[in-house]
Amino acid sequence: MNFIEEFRNSQSGRTLLEYINKRSTKPARFMEFCGGHTVAIFRYGIRQLLPPHIEMLSGPGCPVCVTSTADLDKVIALSRLTEVIICSFGDLLRVPSSRQSLLEVRAEGADVRIVYSTMDALEIARQNPAKKVIFVGIGFETTAPTIAASVIQARNQGLDNYYVMSLHKITPPVMRAILDAGETRLSGIICPGHVSSITGSNAWEFIPKDYHLACAVSGFESLDILYCVKSLVDQVEDKTPRLDVSYSRAVKPEGNLAALKIMDEVFDICPANWRGIGILPESGLCLKPEFAAFDAEKNFEIKLSEPSRETPGCLCGEIIKGTRTPLECKLFSKVCTPENPVGPCMVSSEGTCAAYYHYGGKLG
Amino acid sequence: MDKTKILLAHGSGGRLTHDLISKYLVQSLSNPLLNKLDDAAVFKTGGNMAFTTDSYVVSPIFFPGGNIGKLAVCGTVNDLSVMGAVPKYLSLSFIIEEGLDITVLEKIIQSIAAAAKEAGVEIVTGDTKVVNIGKADKIFINTAGVGFIPEELDISGSNAQPGDAVIVSGTMGDHGIAIMAQREGLNFKIAVESDCAPLNGLIADMLKACPRIHVMRDPTRGGLATTLNEIAAQSQVGIELDEESIPVKPAVGGACDALGLDPLYVANEGKLIAILPEEFAPKVLSAMKAHPYGVDSAVIGRVTAKNPSRVSIRTPLGALRILDMQSGELLPRIC
Repeated sequence: MNFIEEFRNSQSGRTLLEYINKRSTKPARFMEFCGGHTVAIFRYGIRQLLPPHIEMLSGPGCPVCVTSTADLDKVIALSRLTEVIICSFGDLLRVPSSRQSLLEVRAEGADVRIVYSTMDALEIARQNPAKKVIFVGIGFETTAPTIAASVIQARNQGLDNYYVMSLHKITPPVMRAILDAGETRLSGIICPGHVSSITGSNAWEFIPKDYHLACAVSGFESLDILYCVKSLVDQVEDKTPRLDVSYSRAVKPEGNLAALKIMDEVFDICPANWRGIGILPESGLCLKPEFAAFDAEKNFEIKLSEPSRETPGCLCGEIIKGTRTPLECKLFSKVCTPENPVGPCMVSSEGTCAAYYHYGGKLG
Repeated sequence: MDKTKILLAHGSGGRLTHDLISKYLVQSLSNPLLNKLDDAAVFKTGGNMAFTTDSYVVSPIFFPGGNIGKLAVCGTVNDLSVMGAVPKYLSLSFIIEEGLDITVLEKIIQSIAAAAKEAGVEIVTGDTKVVNIGKADKIFINTAGVGFIPEELDISGSNAQPGDAVIVSGTMGDHGIAIMAQREGLNFKIAVESDCAPLNGLIADMLKACPRIHVMRDPTRGGLATTLNEIAAQSQVGIELDEESIPVKPAVGGACDALGLDPLYVANEGKLIAILPEEFAPKVLSAMKAHPYGVDSAVIGRVTAKNPSRVSIRTPLGALRILDMQSGELLPRIC
């Protein structure tokens, strides 16, 4: 089986769209949790092919976007230490903190490097024994296992100059927080695909059970998403919310046990600071005490010269929760553009504002 | 004793520079204008002349399907050719990092000689500088070129007309993906080679089939999407593409999926876009398909009066969405 083309077949896609357009009668508002889904929905042009009474809202599933300014300020402070090399995934470098982005600090002489995997950061630590290498761990359950693996490898190899600044977040608690806040009246959720491949689809059972909302776990091809929307429409029309999975080729009910095990070995669950939402209990991952030697927060004194502040006017925090859309932001596409981003939602390739900017323009 | 590494002295203008030029450059690239070794090449001109320059800083300097030397010739030849010019003379300047293996330089020069021969151009003047370790990354190359444009041609990015057909000469994104697959840190192996090639032969065949080609461009950095946006803005027209008709190799599509890239934004170094009156499209397309560098050519869209300065794309599901310019991506140096 071809794992991509099979799920992009345009004829099957049109058939699903016909079904959705016939079947859907009730106004519905669906949130795609994941930024990857937002981008895919725009790229395939799915929004404009759905019935006008179905609204698609973007959710908090963009790791760069949900990183709080306060946490970014700490990373910037660390990057100014002369003995430190900061390693991070690319997108984070361009996100403005209270005052500067990592790219700007790098231009002033800080040693900030883009890596594609934690193993690259370990290699940099090995090659620079006189330096202290700090990997800025952002992301959800998808990237956390690789960071856990790097910490274990550093311990096994006796590396004493490798640290992790763990800003990892776990996704079910933020989903609950958004549903509990009730600021957005949702009819159904498109649950994340890659995250679910680690957590397992069972992680989302609370959505139909506790909130009586439709939900389905989706992959990222056009048919994955259309099948999910069809399932959500069926659930809404029949008033039978349940957990559906259209991405069973990657997602098992119980998840990836090896990945979950290594996360459990290295991380404790702790509170985390979410942009726009604030500190949520039990929604982050921090290093266990036995790995304290690798914990950047425990080994460096992080001094902030001034208190953190959000950029005035930036609606990223609201957009992440689905309470506002980029089009309601006064900065969007005028002051805030991909070349000159004000907020993280415009920086990240998975950010909602970037997706609206690139794909959302009106055509005659 | 023969040196094995490039030294600062190789760029100082003294004996080592002289040896380098005579032993490696003049021997491989020999032609009457170069061989004179005067301060400038002198030649006769007449009619419309095209003149262009480009610097090449690709990393890694050797990649599947080519190297920085071949790229430096093909890139400049293609920039001249897409204007309808017959490329004739190139300059060649090296900025070399001290310590480069001379055998590496030799290989690069051989590639330059081979590419120049294929394209039918002569390297008639040049320069070599050597900088301290760390001041350059192995080798940077600049080439400039001149070519001559037949009177009857009028090809420019501002000539696209509503109703014109948009044609590409083959699969999109091969060069960029071949480079990225080679990069340190990206440990995936795929069987994709750079498409780096001189396109003047293909273009000559196209112009024989239809001298009234309105626009030709090579979609290098920024890929097809960015180049078409530039043309749409220059010509004040809309361009509407059909996503399913754009040729992309399955391996390139797969690698792009894995890296979160869109092949329509990935660089090409041996492909061109042609925009021409629709009635000539079948004839030009068959001429292109008959050339080795155009076998995968396809009509991918049309020029519209609607949505001026905008490029849009019809998705396989039937939606029409904007295809924006590339902006602010963190990509490796690819050309």
